[in-house]
Parts: sequence; structure tokens; C-alpha cells
Amino acid sequence: MVGIVVVSHSAKIAEGICELAGQMAAPGQKIIAAGGMSGGGIGTDAFKIQAAIEEANAGDGVLVLVDLGSAVMSAELAIDMLGDELKDRVAIADAPIVEGAIAAVVDASIGQPLVSVAATAAGARELRKK
Amino acid sequence: MANINAAIEVLAQAIIANKELLTDLDSAIGDSDHGINMARGFEAVRAKLAAANSGDDIGAVLKLIGMTLISTVGGASGPLYGTAFLRAAVAAQGKTAIDTDTAAKMLEAAIGGIKDRGKAVRGEKTMLDALEPAYAAFVQGMAEGQALPACLSLATAAAAEGVEYTKTIIATKGRASYLGERSIGHQDPGATSSYILLAAVTDYAKANA
Repeated sequence: MVGIVVVSHSAKIAEGICELAGQMAAPGQKIIAAGGMSGGGIGTDAFKIQAAIEEANAGDGVLVLVDLGSAVMSAELAIDMLGDELKDRVAIADAPIVEGAIAAVVDASIGQPLVSVAATAAGARELRKK
Repeated sequence: MANINAAIEVLAQAIIANKELLTDLDSAIGDSDHGINMARGFEAVRAKLAAANSGDDIGAVLKLIGMTLISTVGGASGPLYGTAFLRAAVAAQGKTAIDTDTAAKMLEAAIGGIKDRGKAVRGEKTMLDALEPAYAAFVQGMAEGQALPACLSLATAAAAEGVEYTKTIIATKGRASYLGERSIGHQDPGATSSYILLAAVTDYAKANA
């Protein structure tokens, strides 16, 4: 099953999204929050994201959902720092972080591969509110 | 350069002394955290260097700085300056002194890291608007046979001009891009912190030439 990592500047946002998306998860599915700084402040930490990706990987790769600005850069840096074997099986979703995470969790829960989970998350951009 | 740890202390002092300036600049066009983030990062660098006692291997010291900034700065400047220091570390690997040629390679590598990480080019109101002209001026000075402190002085002067230039252009990267034309008239905080770092290195090199 593809693992999911949620990266936000805010630890509370990341944890909240994981909690929300977790309602749709299959038993044992990995959804890991990587929000905020180690000291609890607002920000992103590439090492924290790297550790979350490693934790989320169950062998089928990991999709990383990000909020804005440095979250993207820190996630890219985290992927650069991964071992070669895992590096090629991690993608950053071009998706809204809440809707994308939920869509990704559902798709991953039925055993879809990373390319599908990433496309499903990106497709969440089209979930209109009106 | 005489001692890498002493040089880094000068950098840390410069950033910490300019914490409010950087934060004020960022509050005009960003999320008001650049000074706070950079000062927190360099406070952590100070503590890490003191604890690690990493000696005079410049590459090792710069690597430790890069890693520390990545995990403590928090904003976009964390991965950007972190990557810059990690790349400069590779160019300075195994060295205990820096000559003009090595300094040019370090600056080039650092700028390359920032461009790769930020996917930015000159003219987008970023640190590159200070650093790229600085590198060009450094290389020009080197071609004229000038010594390291003189090359760094030229680079710092060009970076200062670059910071002024950022007042005239629209931000298209980062949080400031949300402001569009309203970002005109404000100097870029990232370009300013890059200038401050270069100016501090220059002061150190001049004092210890």
C-alpha cells in the first residue's frame, strides 16, 4: 500500500488532516504527519519530512501532500536526502492538501500504485464547492 | 581565510544583529518571519559548532551549517541557504584555508544550489538578485588579479546594488508574489540577508588578510 505523508507549516494542520483522512483508511495504512518545526514552531523541516517518508514507506512508495511555499522546497530536499532505492518511489502531489490527502488515502487503501494515487490526489483539484 | 569558526561567528553576529531589519522587510511583502527564522538558524549554528568542535576543515563546518539551517530555519530560506551551504561545503572539502579560486567555486556552487532548490532565476526579486551580480563581480575582480578581500568587496558592492534593484521589480516567487505590483518599492528580504552574509564575510576577510 502506498504510504501518505502530510506536510504543513503547522503541526496541527498536518495532524488534523491525517486524522480526517484516516477515517477513510484501510487497517494498518500509513498516514504520517510531518508538520511544523521540531521545537513546535510554524515552519517546515526537511529532516522531519525525510523521517516521515521512511516511516510511511511499506514497500510501495510514498505520496507527499504539501501546503505552500517552503513546504514544497523542504519536501523536495527531503526526497533528495533519501536513499537511492526509496527516492524513485516518492512523489509530491500537485494537489490541494486536504482534499488531495483524502483522495490519496482512499486510492491507496484499495492497493493502487503510486502513479494512480498521485493522479487521484491531483484530481481532487476539480472538487468544486459550488 | 584565517579561521572558519571565527568567520562563521561573524556571519552569525551579522544575521542576529539584523534580525529586526529582515523581519521588518519581510512584514512588508511576506510573512514577517525572515529575520526571526534566520536568527534562530544562526543561533543554532553557533550552538552546533561549539558542541561539535569540528576543527578547521572548512567543508565539514559548512556542511554542519547547511544541515543545521535546514532543520532550524523553518521558512523557505532554510532549504535555500541550507542547500547553498551544503553545495559550498563540497567545493571546500578538505580545505583549511580559502583562496580566491576556491571562494569563486564555493559561491558558484552555492548559487547553483539556490537556483536548483528554488527553481528561480535572476529578476524575480529573490536572493539571486544579490548573489548573481556578486558572483559576476567577484570573477571580474579575480580576472583582474585582485586578492580575495578585494574580490569580496567588489562582490558585496554588486550585491548591494542588487538589493536596490529588487525595489524596482515585482516578486514572482514565494509569499511576496501574492502581492503582485504592490511588492514594487520594497527591497527583497532574501536578497538583503544574502547581502548581509556577503558583507560579513568581506569584513572578516579584510580584517584577517
